[in-house]
Amino acid sequence: MASKVIHAFYDDDDILMLAVKKVKAAKHHIDEVYCPFPVHGLDKAMGLEPTRLAITAFLYGCVGLGVATLMMNYIMIEDWPQDIGGKPSFSYLENMPAFVPIMFELTVFFAAHLMVITFYLRSRLWPFKKAENPDVRTTDDHFLMEIEIHGNEQELKNLLADTGAVEINITEKNSH
Amino acid sequence: MYTFSNRLKIGSIILMAVGLLGIIGGFVMAPSTVEEAKAMVASHDDGHGEEAAHAESSDHGAATAHEEGHDASHDEHLLHQLQNKPWAALYVAAFFFMMISLGVLAFYAIQRAAQAGWSPLLFRVMEGITAYLVPGGIVVFVILLLSALHMNHLFVWMDADIVAHDEIIQAKSGYLNPTFFLIRAVIFLGGWIAYREYSRKLSLRQDESTDDSNFKLNFRISAGFLVFYLISESIMSWDWIMSVDPHWFSTLFGWYIFASMFVSGITVIALVTIYLKSKGYLKDVNDSHLHDLAKFMFGISIFWTYLWFSQFMLIWYSNIPEEVTYYVTRIEDYKLPFFGMVAMNFLFPILLLMNSDFKRVNWFVVMAGVVILAGHYMDIFNAIMPATVGDQWYIGIPEISAILFFAGFFIYWVFRALSKVPLQPKRNPFIEESKHFHY
Repeated sequence: MASKVIHAFYDDDDILMLAVKKVKAAKHHIDEVYCPFPVHGLDKAMGLEPTRLAITAFLYGCVGLGVATLMMNYIMIEDWPQDIGGKPSFSYLENMPAFVPIMFELTVFFAAHLMVITFYLRSRLWPFKKAENPDVRTTDDHFLMEIEIHGNEQELKNLLADTGAVEINITEKNSH
Repeated sequence: MYTFSNRLKIGSIILMAVGLLGIIGGFVMAPSTVEEAKAMVASHDDGHGEEAAHAESSDHGAATAHEEGHDASHDEHLLHQLQNKPWAALYVAAFFFMMISLGVLAFYAIQRAAQAGWSPLLFRVMEGITAYLVPGGIVVFVILLLSALHMNHLFVWMDADIVAHDEIIQAKSGYLNPTFFLIRAVIFLGGWIAYREYSRKLSLRQDESTDDSNFKLNFRISAGFLVFYLISESIMSWDWIMSVDPHWFSTLFGWYIFASMFVSGITVIALVTIYLKSKGYLKDVNDSHLHDLAKFMFGISIFWTYLWFSQFMLIWYSNIPEEVTYYVTRIEDYKLPFFGMVAMNFLFPILLLMNSDFKRVNWFVVMAGVVILAGHYMDIFNAIMPATVGDQWYIGIPEISAILFFAGFFIYWVFRALSKVPLQPKRNPFIEESKHFHY
């Protein structure tokens, strides 16, 4: 389904932030803002929900801790117990201090890698993916605010021009 | 301007009075003869007493003069441990509160040297807490001086009879002798107090001046102080804590004690800030400042655990007798405080402060902070007690009274210092950034 969207360009992140606040105050829904770099506080100004990535990271860390515990228990205690430094490996708990570095490292490893993979999936990023940003200048020095038009084209244009946009375009957009 | 409320002042004076009574009581109750010491131990654990009596009677047939001599020296040892107890309790509490203000001083110097933009609003709070370093440091020094004068037996290497029969201590006596020990203590305390007083003076002068020269000078002396502090703090931890076990050594001990004092200090900054805000002061301090302090509490708690574990694991794994005895004593005689401390200093803060939003909730930070402070008291307790009182430890009147006394003294001195100057610096070049600090 194709829909009409308005693209407003900005060349400064402070002006962009003020513009986002003004547009939100005028009760318009901002579809997306494309930026060359992360703008601090933009998510809050746009009214985006907080990320749940941290919760997944915690869960992945727990998985890593569990994998490390099971793995070391199998390798060092069950499968091939050895006597290292006068400490025979017959009990996981009594040999636990020796396994703490591994438990720690795998916790970090799982949390970090799975979090990155989750982030890519959630952002719909994969190798050879075609870029979604509507204008190449958003990878260089311009910020782009995208708002869907519901028969209020002129009103939006005037509002955006007021907020300090350096360029305003109307285009057709195919929603994915 | 903050005014020291009467309720808090009276509360701190009551704490000091009650604590002082208890400390005196602890010294009065300490046994003065071997018989008293044996009677105290027997009355403390009746069950064990019977067992011991039983074992004694079965051994009686084989008793030799040698064993009797051994028993007598054992009783003598018990007497010394029980006589040490009120001193050790006093020393642990005195050191703990001195350590808090020293940790805050290090944090303050780092803020100055890094020219941090978020923290200038909290500088007066930090300066108030470091004010305690002067009386707190002097109290610790007096206890060390009394040790050197043989008023107590906290440091066995100060006892000439013991050194005469101990080759390991003899080999260390070029460094571990009372004179050099006290000279080092004077240099360290003198350096810390001198920096504290000079930096405070420059900080106040900056408010009245027309340029930033005081601020710049403060930056330079803070960077210099950090170099002095890192060396002196490390040596101080060997001298004042590690040397109670003169045979034992750990190369990362200085860092380990540093982590303890750093996290305790940051926790107290957070607690004092929350208290002052709850009374309507520090209006420009927002929850982002609190969030940052709580992040430090969280991070340094993990850092402390990292060092605690690094020290523990290497010694546990290599299992060399003269090293591992340190942990054998603690795990056999101090199981609850030793492992309880790890739960308080690691598990509790990590679970409570992991969530970003909880770091902005005052009562969460207060709850975590109280547990962290108690945990780091236990840390110092576990470092001093095994070598000074052995298995005769308990948290009784001498320990609690010493905590109460120094807590009252600390509160009185810190809040008195806070009430002397405005709580908000006026002309710090970063004050605007600090006011608008936003996470």
